[in-house]
Amino acid sequence: MEALIAVLIRGLGVGSTYALLAVGFVIIYRATDVVNFAQPALMILGAYYTSLYVFNVGMPFPVAVIAAMITMAVISALTERIALRPMVGEPPFAAAMVTFGVFVVLFILAFRLIGTNVIVVGDPWGLERIDLFGIRVNQIDLAKIVISMIAIAVVGVFLKRSRVGLAMRATALDQEVALAQGVNVGRMFGLSWAISGALAALSGMLIGTAAGGVTPLVAFVALKALPVIILGGLDSIQGSVYAGLIIGVAESLTRAYSSTYFPWVGSNFDIVVPYAIMILVLMIRPYGLFGTPEVQRV
Amino acid sequence: MLAVENLEVVYEDVILVLKGISLSVPEGSIVALLGANGAGKTTVLRAITGLLDIHRGEIRKGKVTLDDKEIHHLDAPKTVAAGVGQVMEGRRILTELSVEENLRVGAHTAARGTVQDNLDRVFTTFPVLADRRRSVAGYLSGGEQQMLAIGRALMAEPRYLLLDEPSLGLAPLIVQQIRDLIVEINEQGTSVLLVEQNANMALSIASHGYIMETGKIVMDKPAAVLRDDEDVREFYLGLREEGAASFRDVKHYKRRKRWLS
Repeated sequence: MEALIAVLIRGLGVGSTYALLAVGFVIIYRATDVVNFAQPALMILGAYYTSLYVFNVGMPFPVAVIAAMITMAVISALTERIALRPMVGEPPFAAAMVTFGVFVVLFILAFRLIGTNVIVVGDPWGLERIDLFGIRVNQIDLAKIVISMIAIAVVGVFLKRSRVGLAMRATALDQEVALAQGVNVGRMFGLSWAISGALAALSGMLIGTAAGGVTPLVAFVALKALPVIILGGLDSIQGSVYAGLIIGVAESLTRAYSSTYFPWVGSNFDIVVPYAIMILVLMIRPYGLFGTPEVQRV
Repeated sequence: MLAVENLEVVYEDVILVLKGISLSVPEGSIVALLGANGAGKTTVLRAITGLLDIHRGEIRKGKVTLDDKEIHHLDAPKTVAAGVGQVMEGRRILTELSVEENLRVGAHTAARGTVQDNLDRVFTTFPVLADRRRSVAGYLSGGEQQMLAIGRALMAEPRYLLLDEPSLGLAPLIVQQIRDLIVEINEQGTSVLLVEQNANMALSIASHGYIMETGKIVMDKPAAVLRDDEDVREFYLGLREEGAASFRDVKHYKRRKRWLS
């Protein structure tokens, strides 16, 4: 039983970083109808900058994390301005291809910056464990859950309550209407990319806390955000959170128990599980578990 | 005064849609702009409010002035801030947001202190919306949606309100109601440019009317005169002289519409 709970908590920890990435995808998708394939590169650069600010600049860890988030927000907003803004009015598919190009550029940039080194982000949690109601759990898993959920809640409240957040949602629903109400639509696009970049940096930092550190190739972990957004529904922030946690837990359970109960699937089957879930969802509910059906009067 | 002078608009660099339009909306008045489908009425509104470029349209000649200041080069947010609000054709409410959120979007450019006052004002003008302020806007009836769209534009306290076919797709009784509301809004101090196909409704409340055909203003007279004009009665109000009741005599295509004589 204790082992099971430990596995669940590890799954929730990993899952919440997926959720964080997925929320970044969803925010850009809702505002601009573009699936942002550059997100993984933004994530790995976020881990790089956290590491840079901690070890080369000497900032305390929390300050470095916030500085890295700001850095990535700026890089991300600039990317939107330079590469994506000229694509406004073009088909979303073409714009998505542009984001793939941006991914390649940023990914190569990350390789240049990091090289073949393994980076660590200098987090204070390491491999420490604490007692939680009598169960020994990794601090890092708790940190992942708490930090991700706080960040997502802050973004959610911002979108729900603030004037700019409302303008962003209006832009997502109907750009021309937003424009006619005096909303600066271009600025909303930039803002959604900035928020998404900051979330990517945060998730990069959380993934960078892995025991062995991270290499640029860890960017491909971010591809797990795709099964997450498909399970959650492309346009639902709430859905991303649940789906991220579901995928994380499913992965973690498979890793822990597949060799005992399903030895025939072999080892490392957990890597496949998110995509298996994705295919299943696409077959049964292509709009995802939480994708909002279009409001329509009958 | 909101004025359009010799405006020429081209879509996609080749399609000449407005061929030198001039019209003016004096402060405090209701002005009607009538015309059939494709005459270019909506394009006039887009040119005024800076929404042309997203439709790949461009002003080639002429100007739009608000109290003698040129505003046609302003983008949409700046035009709203300058005091010109637009209610787009087909209501275009934000279906997934609540009624109140829709209204708050309209207040995007307004000073923060004024939002609550304006909300109260809109809810007083449209009591139906007050009852349903928390419901999802997409589930409102057509008439309520039109009221919401108008209320949303009012949240920015526009001095000039451009209404694009507010009667579209509404039952006659609701059209009456919308008409009375437009009069009420006008009495509260907002000048109105009313674009309509429902000439009957528009001419009943406007002080002045313009009639557009294929990119030109073909008639420009006080509304009372237009209401009694024989051609307008036949082509736009569906009325004709008594006696010619037989459909055999209605050879529409044989009669050329020649306004300028």
